Amino acid sequence: MTSSNNTDTRLMTGNEACAEAALVAGMRFFAGYPITPSSEIAEVLARKLPSSGGVFIQMEDEIGSIAAIIGASLAGVKAMTATSGPGFSLMQENIGYAAMTEVPVVIVNVQRGGPSTGLPTLPSQSDVMQARWGTHGDHPVIAVVPSTVYETFVWTIKAFNFSEQYRVPVIVLLDEIIAHINEKITIPAHDELAIIDRTLSSQPPESYLPYKNTPSGVPLFAGFGTGYRYHVTGLCHDETGFPSSNARIVEELYLRLNRKIDQHRNDIIEYQTLDLDDAEICIVAYGSSARSAQRAVRIARQDGIKVGLFKPFVLWPFPGEELAELTRKAKTIIVPEMNLGQIAHEVSCATRKDVVSVNRVDGTLITPQEIVKRIYDVQV
Amino acid sequence: MFRYEYYLRNKHFPHIWCTGCGCGIILKSLLRAIDRSALSKDEIALISGIGCSSRTPGYVDFNTLHTTHGRALAFATGLKLAKPDLKVIVVSGDGDATAIGGNHFIHTARRNIDITAIIYNNHIYGMTGGQASPTTPLGKRGSTAPYGSIEPDFDISGLAIAAGASFVARSTCYHAVQLDKFIEKGLSKKGFSLIEVLSPCPTYYSRPNRLGTAVDMMRWYKENSIPFARAKDMSAEERRDKVITGILHDIERPEFCEEYKRLTERVKGT
Ligand SMILES: Cc1ncc(C[n+]2csc(CCOP(=O)(O)OP(=O)(O)O)c2C)c(N)n1
Ligand code: SF4
Repeated sequence: MTSSNNTDTRLMTGNEACAEAALVAGMRFFAGYPITPSSEIAEVLARKLPSSGGVFIQMEDEIGSIAAIIGASLAGVKAMTATSGPGFSLMQENIGYAAMTEVPVVIVNVQRGGPSTGLPTLPSQSDVMQARWGTHGDHPVIAVVPSTVYETFVWTIKAFNFSEQYRVPVIVLLDEIIAHINEKITIPAHDELAIIDRTLSSQPPESYLPYKNTPSGVPLFAGFGTGYRYHVTGLCHDETGFPSSNARIVEELYLRLNRKIDQHRNDIIEYQTLDLDDAEICIVAYGSSARSAQRAVRIARQDGIKVGLFKPFVLWPFPGEELAELTRKAKTIIVPEMNLGQIAHEVSCATRKDVVSVNRVDGTLITPQEIVKRIYDVQV
Repeated sequence: MFRYEYYLRNKHFPHIWCTGCGCGIILKSLLRAIDRSALSKDEIALISGIGCSSRTPGYVDFNTLHTTHGRALAFATGLKLAKPDLKVIVVSGDGDATAIGGNHFIHTARRNIDITAIIYNNHIYGMTGGQASPTTPLGKRGSTAPYGSIEPDFDISGLAIAAGASFVARSTCYHAVQLDKFIEKGLSKKGFSLIEVLSPCPTYYSRPNRLGTAVDMMRWYKENSIPFARAKDMSAEERRDKVITGILHDIERPEFCEEYKRLTERVKGT
């Protein structure tokens, strides 16, 4: 670790960056169950949380892990779990519970090959649709997809900010490459980082309505055990928090849950572009694949090919409108991803352009050369 | 007269339970035990899973959390660790606690975290219409065991003792006065305490098994319960089909939140 001019530059892996960033974001409760390739996140936090005034607990399974973090978050503590495919599948019911009860939590999914036990030690991007649609029911989620160790640091903090601000479960999608790669990062000074906490109710407890709509669509929070006695249930409920099956109330609840994300879409969505202004070919890439895509753009540009990159940091909500606008002049879109075309489909719906996939499901990274080859293919 | 209204969310009545259901008896006993423990409403968190019994929290004026099926103890573990000064109580059905939630059940007991769990054992899945549960006795019927269950049933209290709970007691809805005492003792115990309560489900357990009305069930509890002290000297044959009531287990073991606190002090000290 070197330190000069107050900057903190270190060599670390994506998993380490994720754990460190969570602490910076104010996370003080971690519950998890070991699974490759995410275990180092738990291991770092098992070492650090006890001396940071926080709680680390290894639960009996992933269902218990997410249940425990929801319980902790209800006490007002920022809470997180980390897992990989099989564990992410087990968590789905309670991710839905957090969405329905509007309890802020962060779930890190370090993707590996699936389905089932799949490829425990090899990378994949095949849970991107599960992150969006994995639970039953109609509810929004926010999922972020960093592609470097530095971005993992920054986007883990933003994941906590989103979850606190909008009271939703937020999913951090890493993959085995980013999780285990060592990169030098300069950790932003803490005062440069915006840290957001959930907005607490200042109502007197007698008149507090735990699920009352607000202009932002996000109800005001009160922690369990702070004098506000209220009811939380995963059943459809009215603004008092008690179960209701009244058609109007039920519809209002579902619409508000979706609206609170839709209406802040522009504050949530973030992406990066490279050489997109005159691009006839646009590559849409996220996570590890974006690393290769960036290189591919550089190589092809040297040959005078008009190609650019669109790299989303936020995958859900999907930046479809932005992508459509930015690729208006493009003829073809190439989507490299370590699955069989999950986001390619989304891109196609959003842009209505020719979408060409570059896929890999063999546990290896898509190389820049593979993408370059496809650029040449579509160019002719 | 005990002032139940003080603890109840009176606006949310009538409740959903059938006439003759044991859930209300256990709820009232819980309130009396809380009252005797001199706990304030603000310091209590009542957590449940899914089932008829798990609807209890909605009716009482505490911090209340109705979670997912089987997971109440895991939610409770997170809440308790994050806010150890809360008195965390879990209410759960036999299916919720020992089928889908069995894993959380044994591990919560093993950790010996300071949570009091009250298991309403009606031997059946009430809420979903009377399917067999892990506590449906051998030979008894449920809608998914129309010819009688061929599975041996779980001893909920025995399971808790074996897994590491520090206080375990069993009672029935007939023995309400005794139940008050057991819950009160459980609440004051540092560590994982479990109170198993046999509870009538006249709608889905008594009917297919021809066990009569709720009153008949209460009579059955009265006539077939044997205090633990007496049961100890009885043969297995004599104990068969009887309900052994009483404090079955009461020991001192390190409690998880305190152990965690000790760990943090040790880590900070080095
Ligand atoms: C994951 C899941 N599986 C199944 C159900 C359906 N379900 C609701 S309550 C219940 C059983 C309840 O039985 P028990 O726990 O014994 O409680 P009781 O209703 O008898 O009080 C089941 C299976 C569910 N809600 N969630
Ligand atoms: S079905 Fe059984 S357990 Fe459920 S409310 Fe009715 S009597 Fe009680």
